[in-house]
Amino acid sequence: MEKSLSWREFIITRLIQSSGYSAIIFVALIFFFLLREGLPTLGEVETSSLLNIRWYPIEEYFGILPLISGSLIVTLGATLIAVPFGIGTAVYISEIAPRWMREILKPLVELLGGLPSVVLGFLGILVLSPFLRVFLDLPTGLTAFTGSLLLGGIAVPTVVSVAEDALDSVPRAYREGSWALGATKWQTIWRVTLPAAKSGVLTAIMLGVGRAIGETMTVMMVTGNAPVLATKLGSLFSPVRTMTATIAAEMGEVANGSTHYHVLFFIGMVLFIISLIVNVIASSVVFRAKKRAERILS
Amino acid sequence: MNKIIIENLSLQYSDGTESLRDVSMGIRQNAVTVLFGPAGGGKSTLLRCLNRLNDLTEVKASTGRIMIDGENILDPKTDVIALRRKVGMVFARPVPLPLSIRENIIYGLELAGEKRKSKLDEAVERSLKLSAIWDEVKDRLEEPAIALSGGQQQRICLARVLALQPEIVLLDEPTSGLDPISTGKVEAALAELKKEYTVILVPHSVQQAARTADHAAFFLTGELIEYGDGKTLFTNPKQKRTEDYIMGRFG
Amino acid sequence: MMTRFLSRNRHTVQRLGFSAITLVAVVTVIPIVGTIIFILFKGGSAISLEFLSGFPHDGMRAGGILPAIIGTLYLTLGTAVFSVPLGIAAAIYLSEYAKDNQWTRLIRIAIINLAGIPSVVYGLFGLGLFVLFLQFGTSILAASLTLSIMTLPVIISTSEEALRAVPQSFRTVSISLGATRWQTISRIILKEALPGILTGVILGLERAAGETAPILFTGAAFFLPRLPQSPFDATMALPYHLFVISTQVPEMPIQIQYGTALVLLVFVLTMNVIATVIRSRARAKRQW
Repeated sequence: MEKSLSWREFIITRLIQSSGYSAIIFVALIFFFLLREGLPTLGEVETSSLLNIRWYPIEEYFGILPLISGSLIVTLGATLIAVPFGIGTAVYISEIAPRWMREILKPLVELLGGLPSVVLGFLGILVLSPFLRVFLDLPTGLTAFTGSLLLGGIAVPTVVSVAEDALDSVPRAYREGSWALGATKWQTIWRVTLPAAKSGVLTAIMLGVGRAIGETMTVMMVTGNAPVLATKLGSLFSPVRTMTATIAAEMGEVANGSTHYHVLFFIGMVLFIISLIVNVIASSVVFRAKKRAERILS
Repeated sequence: MNKIIIENLSLQYSDGTESLRDVSMGIRQNAVTVLFGPAGGGKSTLLRCLNRLNDLTEVKASTGRIMIDGENILDPKTDVIALRRKVGMVFARPVPLPLSIRENIIYGLELAGEKRKSKLDEAVERSLKLSAIWDEVKDRLEEPAIALSGGQQQRICLARVLALQPEIVLLDEPTSGLDPISTGKVEAALAELKKEYTVILVPHSVQQAARTADHAAFFLTGELIEYGDGKTLFTNPKQKRTEDYIMGRFG
Repeated sequence: MMTRFLSRNRHTVQRLGFSAITLVAVVTVIPIVGTIIFILFKGGSAISLEFLSGFPHDGMRAGGILPAIIGTLYLTLGTAVFSVPLGIAAAIYLSEYAKDNQWTRLIRIAIINLAGIPSVVYGLFGLGLFVLFLQFGTSILAASLTLSIMTLPVIISTSEEALRAVPQSFRTVSISLGATRWQTISRIILKEALPGILTGVILGLERAAGETAPILFTGAAFFLPRLPQSPFDATMALPYHLFVISTQVPEMPIQIQYGTALVLLVFVLTMNVIATVIRSRARAKRQW
């Protein structure tokens, strides 16, 4: 009985341990398959034409610059929306709102995080873009700006929840100390609480940006899908096409193993690396902040 | 007769907190041995060595031997599960598991493979009586243990240890959170316990040490300063530092 | 005089500031509520027994969306089969077994990265590994596996948080009574952490149910005249169906589009509400 018990324990422990390590394996597998299908691009398409400004796969033009610029401009717009609204809402929830309000707001924001992006894209097509077309007097409502608005909304819950956590973990004593010195709540928020939560707020912004870059369905549905190099701010109000939308729209129609197929995987690889960088930076900020907090507390 | 013999035990935690330095002592069977001294002196660490609970914490280095019934329990080949059944422990804060009173008491027995209801019922009654709480809870054994008062919870925790019929009972400041009346009940239970068990107690005050000790050991910053018969040590300590501590000059 | 002026000024600033922040929060929340009410309102009239239990016909311009509903159910369940045991086990490892060393840090970084990988990249990965390399084809199996890996970080991090919230003293006491680590986990810790774990699992599956990009090339079918028969069949799914009828089918009746959006929304919101309720009830009941 004791023997069989220790065998069971041994096997269960091993299973649990391998599950723990599976996350590393999955990241490695994802990277491996992106490399495997994406790297042949470099042999098939010359680097100079990859860095061209023309994306027209049917005639073998594989310039990915317009796609990168499309992703950047949409993400930039989304960030400009998500940061003030996300952090403002986080400050409201954590510092200003009465308790009952908090209990309503937090699940609501979480709800927004759970809304399928395809539903937002759908409303973007039917409601937002016709409105913007008339309101801003544009030739079409399917623009980078439309995408930015919706993406901003999609990134908000990420920003709110991470920033709110960060604000929440600022020790109450900091605030009380500040109030005791005669500072108003408002001054305390700006001069004490937010600076103390700085690294967490930065992480929130990074993760929000990461969320925006990677979003696919919404941008595919509302940005008009025109692979034009965005060079000036005015491009915000014309159709663009992002990296994610390109993969989603075209992968279904290419032959496996064709150059076009490899290039789409290559774009996926670029996206993977971008998200890797964003997340490693975001998480190292968190780790460093934690370390510092531990040092101060011990 | 010595139940436990500790030989040159030294230990250091990874985070550099409490440690033990070259502790050697014998612990008598069927007696209450009290380990006392200021906080951080190594008393709890020593207790946690005796049932290898220190395995759960990050220990940097340890040397020496602890012989229980002639076997070195620090040997990596020791069956720690069996050891912990033989060496029970009651903690400073009462921690009822989130189960009913009855389930708390039989938790260890069930894990040890006991399935017979009669045996389990018997153990529940015996250990609750021994912990002087049977009358208070016998009609509410299926209620959650968390609903009891602190003093009752602590006696449930003692009963939970006794249900396993250990040979040695370790008590780490078991009355630190209790009112004087509950404390009295627990101390009375101790006096009863030593007839059957070897009891090692870290008291929560010098007074409690003096009240309960058959043998007493004074620990200071990881070292065993003085060890001897309880009465003698508290009335006529040999070491200046022991005397200073007992008289309340530091601590 | 001066101080009184300053102090009044400070409080005016505070009032203005608080109003501004409150406004920001309101502007953030109104579209969320608005979206939900708008879709409930617009889609409500499309809902009928025929719509929920019928097959699409006339090039999807008429009939019901049953295959899409069933398909999303299958995909969600399929995702649960893989991601729930794996995710909870990984959370147990991180919370109960892992030491604070380089490897553990690497696992954490990997999980953070999994959470950040764009959903369409998961789609590419699923296509490369499950559809082509393992030759599962465009199938429920391949799509579920892809969604599982995507869901994993949500389940792991929420479950780990729930496990860590269980007081350390329970573990110490259980071990001191002769329990092994696994006995402690299975008898005490998991039971206490269950509501938190359940919340995480449902929130993770909610995300999987609403996703489109990962299943685009791994399991989603444009149109199927019958329900899928085995895990190796492709399937229709609500989010993909909504995408198809709102962008790919000309002259699509607006009613059906809103109705489909409504069904998807209700599917996802129900999971969200269940998760929220479980969490708040467990919080109220908790005794430690």
